[in-house]
Amino acid sequence: MSPSSAELLRQVKSRIDEVDPGEVHELIDEGVALIDVRETDEVAAGHLPGATHIPRGYLESRIEGVVPDRAAHVIVYCASGNRSAYAARTLTEDLGYTNVSSMTGGITLWKDRGYEVQVPRTLTPEQRERYSRHTLIPEIGAEGQQKLLDAKVLLLGAGGLGSPTALYLAAAGVGTLGIVDDDVVDLSNLQRQVIHTTDRVGVPKVDSAEETIKALNPDVKVVKYPVRIDASNIVEIISGYDVIVDGVDNFPTRYLLNDATVRLKIPVVSASILGFDGQLSVFKPYDGPCYRCLFREPPPAELAPSCGANGVLGVLPGTMGLLQATEVIKLILDIGEPAIGRLLLYDALGATLTEVKVHRDPECPICSRPPEEISDEELGVFPDYEAFCAAAG
Amino acid sequence: MATIKIPPVLRASVGNEKQVQADGANIGEVLRDLASSHPATQDQLFSADGELNRYVNVYLNDEDVRVLDGLDTAVGDTDTLVILPAMAGGR
Repeated sequence: MSPSSAELLRQVKSRIDEVDPGEVHELIDEGVALIDVRETDEVAAGHLPGATHIPRGYLESRIEGVVPDRAAHVIVYCASGNRSAYAARTLTEDLGYTNVSSMTGGITLWKDRGYEVQVPRTLTPEQRERYSRHTLIPEIGAEGQQKLLDAKVLLLGAGGLGSPTALYLAAAGVGTLGIVDDDVVDLSNLQRQVIHTTDRVGVPKVDSAEETIKALNPDVKVVKYPVRIDASNIVEIISGYDVIVDGVDNFPTRYLLNDATVRLKIPVVSASILGFDGQLSVFKPYDGPCYRCLFREPPPAELAPSCGANGVLGVLPGTMGLLQATEVIKLILDIGEPAIGRLLLYDALGATLTEVKVHRDPECPICSRPPEEISDEELGVFPDYEAFCAAAG
Repeated sequence: MATIKIPPVLRASVGNEKQVQADGANIGEVLRDLASSHPATQDQLFSADGELNRYVNVYLNDEDVRVLDGLDTAVGDTDTLVILPAMAGGR
């Protein structure tokens, strides 16, 4: 007489080795082959860390590709331990695997025990369409796009440089954009700060920027910091970001940013503009030089005019901001050669782009020491230049 | 004669030129020649003791002269000097 399905299951379970989730938990990362035999929609909702998915229906045809070694330790699991029991029997009795176990209770019991479940990351259909021109590029692909969506970039300044950078990083799908700016939109900004609009004159720049970004790409979360960066808040603000975009308009803040980012080992994509000229470099702490390696000291005030004083070609921060955005994306995706150890000099009038080399200074007061040795009191300070800092403060 | 690229903030001191020629066998001589032709650059480039100001970088072609021989770095006729003080403009 044929067995009932319940009887069959009992028979199968008596012939295979079963293992408790607690034991499986100990074996994660120990080189065990962990096979999830559930259906695709079940796996999409979450799976054991490091598990490989082979649906029960494809087990016989795909297992050898995943686990070629018949003596390897294989643990199979499903939702509650039944499908995995059948799978374990197949692997042991039909295919000759010698060390197979089925996890009792399946992922249901695993979760009840409070163990970690990984949720696979996939682009939504709308994201697949939005970012299709990215995912078509071999160096990016869906995986690279996911990296962009997971990335957190902080922009210091939503002004001339910050505006175009923010626009293109938002378009690219950088998932979190932090923006630091305590200013409000002014009519004279609109000649170059293209993230703002005429009807938002008087509105705080962080709010204005957020509105434009949300309309362009709702995937992007904007974190607003309507404050001035200084030694008392910089570490708290920059912590947790993957890359920082420096579009700051004064020296004290640039040096402060440098010292804090070296200590926290966060790369900075830095640009500056004046008139028709722009400079760009990437500072990756301990990998390349820092800002102080490049410019040991700030110049006196008369050699460091602001754009407000001297003017700037409106499109110039656009050019430099976009070069910054490009470097940010390269850093996130880890592709190409970021401008580390190089200072790019763009002359808009001449349409020339030249570069000079920047070396790590072995006597740099900041990056020639380990990060933990850089104290709070030293950030942004020049011990023999107090008058400068006092004037700046 | 070597070519010196003048940064925006110093152009007013050299008659608004982006590039000037100057003579000298090494960086120091070339810059002092520049300063003698354009006296406004003297204090911008040199400190009172005749050393290059710490806030000015000078490059021989693409290399910072501080990693070469500083003011003693030899200069040839086809070489280009780039004078570079820091710029902070971002807005």
